[in-house]
Amino acid sequence: MSSSTYYVPEQSRWPILASIALFLLAFGAGTLMNALSADGGGGLGLALLLAGALMMGLILVGWFGNVIRESRGGLYSSQMDRSFRWGMSWFIFSEVMFFAAFFGALFYVRVLAVPWLGGEGDKGVSQMLWPEFTAQWPLFNPPDAERFPGPDAVISPWHIPLLNTCLLITSSFTLTFAHKALLKDELMQVRRWMFLTIVLGLIFLGFQIYEYVEAYHDLGLTLEAGIYGATFFILTGFHGLHVTLGTLMLIIILGRVVLGHFDSRQHFGFEAVAWYWHFVDVVWIGLFLFVYVL
Amino acid sequence: MSTLDTTLEQDTHAHHGPAKGLGRWLFTTNHKDIGSMYLWFSLLMFFIGGCMALMIRAELFQPGLQLVEPGFFNQMTTMHGLIMVFGAVMPAFVGLANWMVPMMIGAPDMALPRMNNWSFWILPFAFAMLISTLFMDGGAPNFGWTFYAPLSTTYAPPSVTYFIFAIHMMGISSIMGAINIIATILNLRAPGMTMMKLPLFCWTWLITAFLLIAVMPVLAGVVTMMLMDIHFGTSFFDAGGGGDPVLFQHVFWFFGHPEVYIMILPAFGIISQIIPTFARKRLFGYASMVYATASIAILSFLVWAHHMFTVGIPLAGELFFMFATMLIAVPTGVKVFNWVATMFRGSMTFETPMLFALAFVVLFTIGGFSGLMLAIAPVDFQYHDTYFVVAHFHYVLVPGAVFSIMAGAYYWLPKWTGHMLDERMGKLHFWLSFIGVNITFFPMHFIGLAGMPRRIPDYALQFADFNMVATVGAFIFGLSQLVFLWNVIACVRGGRKAEARAWEGAEGLEWEVPSPAPYHTFSEPPKLPESLR
Repeated sequence: MSSSTYYVPEQSRWPILASIALFLLAFGAGTLMNALSADGGGGLGLALLLAGALMMGLILVGWFGNVIRESRGGLYSSQMDRSFRWGMSWFIFSEVMFFAAFFGALFYVRVLAVPWLGGEGDKGVSQMLWPEFTAQWPLFNPPDAERFPGPDAVISPWHIPLLNTCLLITSSFTLTFAHKALLKDELMQVRRWMFLTIVLGLIFLGFQIYEYVEAYHDLGLTLEAGIYGATFFILTGFHGLHVTLGTLMLIIILGRVVLGHFDSRQHFGFEAVAWYWHFVDVVWIGLFLFVYVL
Repeated sequence: MSTLDTTLEQDTHAHHGPAKGLGRWLFTTNHKDIGSMYLWFSLLMFFIGGCMALMIRAELFQPGLQLVEPGFFNQMTTMHGLIMVFGAVMPAFVGLANWMVPMMIGAPDMALPRMNNWSFWILPFAFAMLISTLFMDGGAPNFGWTFYAPLSTTYAPPSVTYFIFAIHMMGISSIMGAINIIATILNLRAPGMTMMKLPLFCWTWLITAFLLIAVMPVLAGVVTMMLMDIHFGTSFFDAGGGGDPVLFQHVFWFFGHPEVYIMILPAFGIISQIIPTFARKRLFGYASMVYATASIAILSFLVWAHHMFTVGIPLAGELFFMFATMLIAVPTGVKVFNWVATMFRGSMTFETPMLFALAFVVLFTIGGFSGLMLAIAPVDFQYHDTYFVVAHFHYVLVPGAVFSIMAGAYYWLPKWTGHMLDERMGKLHFWLSFIGVNITFFPMHFIGLAGMPRRIPDYALQFADFNMVATVGAFIFGLSQLVFLWNVIACVRGGRKAEARAWEGAEGLEWEVPSPAPYHTFSEPPKLPESLR
């Protein structure tokens, strides 16, 4: 089939296999979590989860390998390219909405729920439950201190988080330089800038892990530390997972650059990952402002 | 037409037909195969969810506890809601989109065919997991389909963990399906098919897909917070840690309200295809239909707290959400007006799809009006959590969404199978359904206004008569769906040969190709027919 018509792939085994892998992942994770919460082993759940993860990993390699071969084989028209672009854009939009849910929860708690708990407005009930409670943010004194002991301190934004902000913003620039170089077909430059981006991402992750260890060991800032810890960890945690995924994708793309898969005309794989990386960067700026600074 | 015929001829040379055996369905990348699988899956879920509904109605036939334990009754209401929303209505619309959107816009297939297959095949696994919770220790989720915290966190059965992961899987499926539909409609239209020539079914689905991508991740977010609260000690929905159970309701309904439009906008699209065909007139006010659909979608993000009037939100919030909700009546009114105006002085005939479409317009409007009543915050304090709410949303979902799906199925079955339907059986199905649905849900308005709460297995004696009537209606409606099943199977297996333009007044690209539509429709973009130029 020539590239002038829209490429409709033949039958594929990847989707059904991916469905099975996803099922194993989900069922395994559920079984593991239930077992852990009930204080009973969890071996079966873990085994299913790992099997699902391994299978999903292999499938992603195979499926994307398939797509890459088709692309290298010249099967994709410019119309196909636009489908990929729409697809990636709306996927990133869905990710934005995922984070929006957690940011929304943070704003609701900070602006409305915690002050109401402290007796603000005309809501008397929570005052009767916990008359001693006074509202503050960060919330060091959750109403039920036995179940949710508040943190002793929170992370200062002006040490590691500021450094991490600089790292991620810099990495967005280095990735853009890589893109610029790719548009001029200077592949050695692309490699250098991409390598730098990946290193910056890895350093960011290292710092983030260090920060978590510090939070748990020195500050008493944990998942169980009340709503501050909950919002802090769910936002930074999911962001960290996205940075991990982004770094992994950048490493794969660097490998493909080394293999000579991209040139100035055809490099949507590169661009998609770059979009994703910039998105992760923007989320971080939101995090830095609303979780750490304000 | 001649260009089209040559296209089709080349088409058969370039491609093979469907593969043989089970592999055809497991590995397919064909939008028609995937559409059929979605529709059959949805029908299966409709019957499973329907059996649960009949169990609920059987228990409520008389006051007192007769058939099931109250705990099991709660599992039934929960699973019925979840299965009907996520398993029956949504996949049916995706199935119809899969079948019809590429044919309506002149595309060779969906934009991302392998991902299309994945979107479907996630669903059977997700629902197998959800339904398996019925057999687990502690039983299935029992906290209602809206799974409010802390019922769904602190007081939930252990199976809630599987429920959460099943929701995640359904979300992944929906988001990928929506991305596919957007990419197809925006990128694969035949030359000359401008956006304002797009069939209305495509327009409503395009807007629905945006809604899906915007809110399914929020649903994923809220179930993730539940999971964290249950297993990892966080306090999102626990005031003891500074969180708030009401936070759950806000995040859930930020998903949930657009979700109800996800279940009705494609229905609007189907009805807007069918009424012009059988009125033999162009759709009245095409552009206003498009803008009305978009307005409804935008407003749907600003009204979520009207589900929460009695939870104790500030007065300013009550007022804002009350008026914003009422505003939705304006674009919805535009749509109903346009449907009526399309029929005005048309050459009407009343084949089965048209009967369902007409019933949709009337009965959906009844559901819309009771929605308007519920939108009035001060009186919602009376209606909240009563059978009036149950009556309202069943009127928009059953003779609304479900009737539109049946109308669509009857309308397009000749195109899918190449056979005309048995009109007599179709009409039998329609009248039984129409009568059954009204006997079931209309009395619920009265018992709701009289104060009968929803989600209870037992009730005070004064509600006995209307409950008995509703149960009789439910069994009429439920059993009459067997006629539908029989009808569909009969139509697949045989019947009078359908012409390319199966219905006299039908316009659009899908009616230019033979019936049944060839396995691959347009490998080259077709030339648009006169009516679309």
